[in-house]
Amino acid sequence: MTQLLLNVVDWSRAQFALTACYHWLFVPLTLGLGVIIAIMETMYYRTRDEKWLATTKLWMTLFGVNFAIGVATGIILEFEFGTNWSNYSWFVGDIFGAPLAIEGILAFFMESTFIAVMFFGWKKVSPRFHLAATWLTAIGASLSALWILVANAWMQYPTGVTFNPETMRNEMTSFLDVALSPMAINKFFHTVLSAWVLGSAFVIGVSAWMLLRGRNRDHCLRSLKIATWVGIAGIVLTMVTGHSSAVTVAEHQPMKLAAMEGLYDGGRDQAIVAFGVLNPEKTVDNDENPYLFDFSIPYGLSVLAANDPHSFVPGINDLIAGRSINEAGDTVSTISYAERIERGKLAKEALAQYGEALQSENTARQAELRKIIDDNFNHLGYGYLERPEEAVPNVPLTFYSFHFMVAAGGYLLVFLFVVLAMLYKPQWFKRLRKLEKWGYYLAILTVPITYLCSMSGWIVAEVGRQPWTIQDLMPNKVAISDLSVGYVQTTFWIFAVVFTALLIADISIICRQIAKKSKLDLEKDHD
Amino acid sequence: MTHYILQNYWWLIMSVLGALLVFMLMVQGGQSMLITTDKAKRPLLINSMGRKWELTFTTLVTFGGAFFASFPLFYSTSFGGAYWLWMSILFSFVIQAVAYEYRSKAGNVYGTAFYDTLLLINGVVGPVLLGVAVASMFFGAEFTVTKANILNAGGNATISQWTNPLHGLEAIADWRCLLFGLMVFFLARTLASLYFINNIDDEEVNRCQHKHLLINSAIFVVLFLATCAVILTSPGMAVDDNGENLAMVDYKYLHNFLDMWWALALFLLGVVAVLAGIGKSLLDKRFTGGIWLAGSGSIVVVMTLFWVLGYNGTAYYPSLSDAASSLNLRNSSSSVFTLTVMSVVSILVPFVLAYIAWVWHKMDHVKLTTGELDATDHKY
Repeated sequence: MTQLLLNVVDWSRAQFALTACYHWLFVPLTLGLGVIIAIMETMYYRTRDEKWLATTKLWMTLFGVNFAIGVATGIILEFEFGTNWSNYSWFVGDIFGAPLAIEGILAFFMESTFIAVMFFGWKKVSPRFHLAATWLTAIGASLSALWILVANAWMQYPTGVTFNPETMRNEMTSFLDVALSPMAINKFFHTVLSAWVLGSAFVIGVSAWMLLRGRNRDHCLRSLKIATWVGIAGIVLTMVTGHSSAVTVAEHQPMKLAAMEGLYDGGRDQAIVAFGVLNPEKTVDNDENPYLFDFSIPYGLSVLAANDPHSFVPGINDLIAGRSINEAGDTVSTISYAERIERGKLAKEALAQYGEALQSENTARQAELRKIIDDNFNHLGYGYLERPEEAVPNVPLTFYSFHFMVAAGGYLLVFLFVVLAMLYKPQWFKRLRKLEKWGYYLAILTVPITYLCSMSGWIVAEVGRQPWTIQDLMPNKVAISDLSVGYVQTTFWIFAVVFTALLIADISIICRQIAKKSKLDLEKDHD
Repeated sequence: MTHYILQNYWWLIMSVLGALLVFMLMVQGGQSMLITTDKAKRPLLINSMGRKWELTFTTLVTFGGAFFASFPLFYSTSFGGAYWLWMSILFSFVIQAVAYEYRSKAGNVYGTAFYDTLLLINGVVGPVLLGVAVASMFFGAEFTVTKANILNAGGNATISQWTNPLHGLEAIADWRCLLFGLMVFFLARTLASLYFINNIDDEEVNRCQHKHLLINSAIFVVLFLATCAVILTSPGMAVDDNGENLAMVDYKYLHNFLDMWWALALFLLGVVAVLAGIGKSLLDKRFTGGIWLAGSGSIVVVMTLFWVLGYNGTAYYPSLSDAASSLNLRNSSSSVFTLTVMSVVSILVPFVLAYIAWVWHKMDHVKLTTGELDATDHKY
């Protein structure tokens, strides 16, 4: 790795990726399991059946173990914006800081206050208050996700701002545009609903393990029913929001969409690759076939991108060359990346001169330069690039992550409906009883598949938007702090070792807790 | 509202969050005592703090987020520059977060003693280094801010540059910052003893904590007086209302107190409350409300220290490398629009504080006992 990562930009990216990936191992389970536990406790509250209480408490124990490490890995992310991305912090702090502060004030305090009631309040507060605390913990976790995803969405689609050349930063002009941008809305629902699926898969997998051991069958069936319904709601809505996410990506990050599909030369009536293997020899400047093998669905990508089977979807080469095809089928020119680089440099130059005009109090010159800056600001980030190809993300990583995510999502849809059918119509599966054991194994295997699916989604979102820290405005190399490579290498390895050690402990504790609880008769032995 | 008022308002909010964070560092203070606590009584202390650690953690995160939102230039300059100082603080909180939940769980791989050591590290490093970080705002740091740097192509494009190669470690070596850090540490230990006296119903713990209170509060008072003397005799960076014309002025913080008599009055009131909380708890062994008296006093004192740091035409983060780069409320804040939006959100802060207080009361109105711990499944 030391050979692969050469400079402080690479190491800063690697550190952020490392800490974000570790954090995301735990967050979706908190989001998904939180909702499942709240529903279980609601069942207890309504029925006052001690069995529901036992079921709630089992999952709450696992929730607590996971929650702690999620918190531990999360704190570093917020502060890394300052420690490792200091230019970024100033350039967009006026916009980005607000959602983070709101997250702290509105969401984190709700979570941290009511989680104490959730764990320690069974005998201290009324059942109704306890139920409210459990729901508020789950809601607090989702609200926290909302604000951080609003911030992330803004980096992908900067809106509701204006650039102030005097302060050399972007300044917010519309909070609603930032908070309610289509990118933010889609990202929030897509992410949180996918977390429901992960929570569901976790409960189903653990319950399957217990059933395999022949323990606490009633408890497992109760858990399975709740988890499966949550999972089905989650996966169906994740697919719906996945489609709307693709539409916003096509509109605002067409290069990412092209990378997701490995599409170099786009067109109208564009097919989507259902399965394919990329040609490793393919680059933007050769005529190799992009795929060694592909199975495509006609019109698929045009429908995904614009809800129109005949719409034009640009490929990587089209975007670089500024080429499009209109409804009449004629090739027309849009802005090329070479021109964007030129206009970005123009904006930078005008900005440099604006400072001088400001100092000499030459207002006429300021107005003249201001116009140049405003006209070219949307291309500012390109001014830092030397070649158009620098604006192309890692195609193989984006392509395979996207296709794994979609395939795994499809599998989860089928899997969850099959589990639902097995729970409510067991007679349909009488002939398959001999395969029951394998079904449990499949359910257990589904847990890591769901984690990989969830992680793949983030890889698509973040790798696909490279090289931008802020889409089109700020490339990574301009966003970083003034640190030596050695410093960031050191903290990278510290976090790699510490987080890995904590992950090992987390998995070990969760496994031990499951084993321990499964040996008990849960309906008798809960306190 | 004008930008000027909004900037002052947000410094007020920062002072409230900073003060609440210092109050909640009692959790860290308690953790630092574990090593000297009888093993049989340790679970009581850990479970008492374990029900509050997330509030300290959340206050720290919110303090950081609010600084980012309201004074982003400080966020980018200090965090990116004093890298090792902030990373050490964050690292100590990372290891704390898991320690409570994992320490007594079967299968925790590394054993209970390992997690208790993590709590000890956080208990010492957290308050001391947070104190050092805040002290560097009084005594200055070595950095420059050149916004046009961002236009550099190929060269160094970083706006805020740290000119000391130790990147924050130099602050720990500065005796004035260390003094401040140790003062915060002993305040945290003092508040922890008062909290245990209030929260735990156990004769031995109570007796032991009174002994700790006597020693820690005595050290704290000495350190506090020394810190005040150093701050009040130190020079500070003066700045005009537009955030320009910066110049070092002797006894700036003392002048600020004298100019803002209301801040001085509150400061003294806060000191009296802290001393009264400690004194009454030491003299009357049945008195358990010391945490509220000393806690409120420490919150008021910290708030007023923030006020003399940032108000009355003072650069709250003086640059020792380039006076013009010093950060003040005017040149480092967010725009009018953002501060206005955030101010609307801040209306919810009292509501948040109210529900925290309400839940705290609900959970703690019956003191923690060994019997309760024995009867509960979820314990640390």
